[in-house]
Amino acid sequence: MNEAAQSGVWQAAYIIAALSIVLSIKWLNSPVTARRGVLSGEIGMLFAVVGTLLRHDVVEYQWILISFGIGAAIGAPLAYLMPMTSVPQLTALSHAFGAFAAALVGTAEYYKSALAGNAITGATMVALVVETLLGYLTFTASIMAFGKLQEIVPTRPMTYKGQNFVNLTLFAFALALGAWMIIEPAPSWVFPAFTGLSLLFGVLLILPIGGGDMPTVIALLNSYAGAACAAMGFVFGNRLLIIAGAVNASSGFILSVIMCKAMNRSFTNVLFGAFGQVQEGAAAQTSQKPVRSATPEDAAQILGSARKVIVVPGYGMAVAQAQHKLRELTDALVKRGVDVEFAIHPVAGRMPGHMNVLLAEADIPYDRLHEMEDINQDFSEADVALVIGANDVVNPAARHDKNSPIYGMPILDVDKAHTVMVIKRSMNPGFAGIDNELYYMDRTLMLFGDAKSFVGEIVKELPATA
Amino acid sequence: MSNELEVSLYILLLAVPLGLELVRRVSPLLHTPLMSLTNAISAISVVGAILIAGAGDTPALSKVLGCIAVTSSTINIVSGFLITDRMLKMFRKKEGAK
Repeated sequence: MNEAAQSGVWQAAYIIAALSIVLSIKWLNSPVTARRGVLSGEIGMLFAVVGTLLRHDVVEYQWILISFGIGAAIGAPLAYLMPMTSVPQLTALSHAFGAFAAALVGTAEYYKSALAGNAITGATMVALVVETLLGYLTFTASIMAFGKLQEIVPTRPMTYKGQNFVNLTLFAFALALGAWMIIEPAPSWVFPAFTGLSLLFGVLLILPIGGGDMPTVIALLNSYAGAACAAMGFVFGNRLLIIAGAVNASSGFILSVIMCKAMNRSFTNVLFGAFGQVQEGAAAQTSQKPVRSATPEDAAQILGSARKVIVVPGYGMAVAQAQHKLRELTDALVKRGVDVEFAIHPVAGRMPGHMNVLLAEADIPYDRLHEMEDINQDFSEADVALVIGANDVVNPAARHDKNSPIYGMPILDVDKAHTVMVIKRSMNPGFAGIDNELYYMDRTLMLFGDAKSFVGEIVKELPATA
Repeated sequence: MSNELEVSLYILLLAVPLGLELVRRVSPLLHTPLMSLTNAISAISVVGAILIAGAGDTPALSKVLGCIAVTSSTINIVSGFLITDRMLKMFRKKEGAK
């Protein structure tokens, strides 16, 4: 094949790849076409890879193929061995690798020119600086996000005085080094120092952010990784990279904005707010108040004689893997003529749609799942609101307590139900680290225990209480 | 400004709002799968990794970095698409039963 024909082939492959990737995101907008969307994304990626391999400037295949093999051998078990509850962590981890790749490509490109004695400067270097800065910081930040969600790193926000100042100074230093390399060929220590600062900044960026905000952060990091890829496109003059990277960057960004809106928080709040560490005092004040607790028998009695039950699942349900037992409970109650509905808060769990995925896994019918705006007015006519492992999203303080860090966040009005039952492991506060006055209400029954075994016991008690 | 750079900037200018529009209409039900899919797509960095690792004129250091980058982005591609697929399979089962 001559060079012109070869160019034609890979260019055509790139156009198909770009189209497939755009369509893939579009198709993921609806459950009906979602599977087609994933397939289209896979085809797009395949065309991108094969097209690149066919380029005349790619001449060595052996090591690339070995690298594909190693990558697939690590990636596949990663996706299959992690439980569905770990999707947020897995996305963060998977992501760290992609960002790392982008950063390494930038580093390799830099040294390729630097070692040849003609250091890159100007417009190309702007792109290279953006690519490596975003790549390395996204890499360490994603690892930190993974650590926090997996609870390897403490989930509580870690803050100290002048933290924002330190972070911004560090970032300014990194930018200054980047600017130096853009203006003129810099001494050999500058690039490694720039890399080190980018890596460190990624870690420091995540330290003050609480585990509860991690999903938003992951969406944002997704956006950064996309931006790094787009910048890489400018370095190589590769338009496929620009399109895919830019679409990715903007979609990740808008997704995190949607998530922030659901929590009534601004971006700066999420990134610099260090949500969750100021209210230790408040928690200490209220934790002495008495609560009413109940046994599985009591709970079964009340649920069995209810007409309408609204279940509010949260992250605790995910951790306990209680969704299958919950399905059994739903089936048993429906059989007895109880109307069972599910109220899904937009940020229940650790990602939007997290609860839908888990409940779908347990075969709970779609038409029983309702979004917050659709079901909130129904709580006042519900006999029982059964809260399973949810906390901040049902905290009435968000409506009236101006001092509460979650003030203004839309919540599910479970406190309007006739009886509120809360299944919880202990009185420990939730992710936001704040106490929940819901637990001290007269009509609230606390059901202490592991969500899965507790729901199981309720199911067992049910037939006896007909 | 070179012609090449100008065209690239126009592409960027069009691609950014396209991404915003594509995601704005997505139902909250699909937010997690969508995040997972965009995560897989961000592994498009594999293209740059191959270009570095496969070029004939690359010094050894860059070649090694390039190969690590190919491995790394492959992990992202494979785990990203598999996890999205796994999630959506559960949705389909549900729809079939309906």
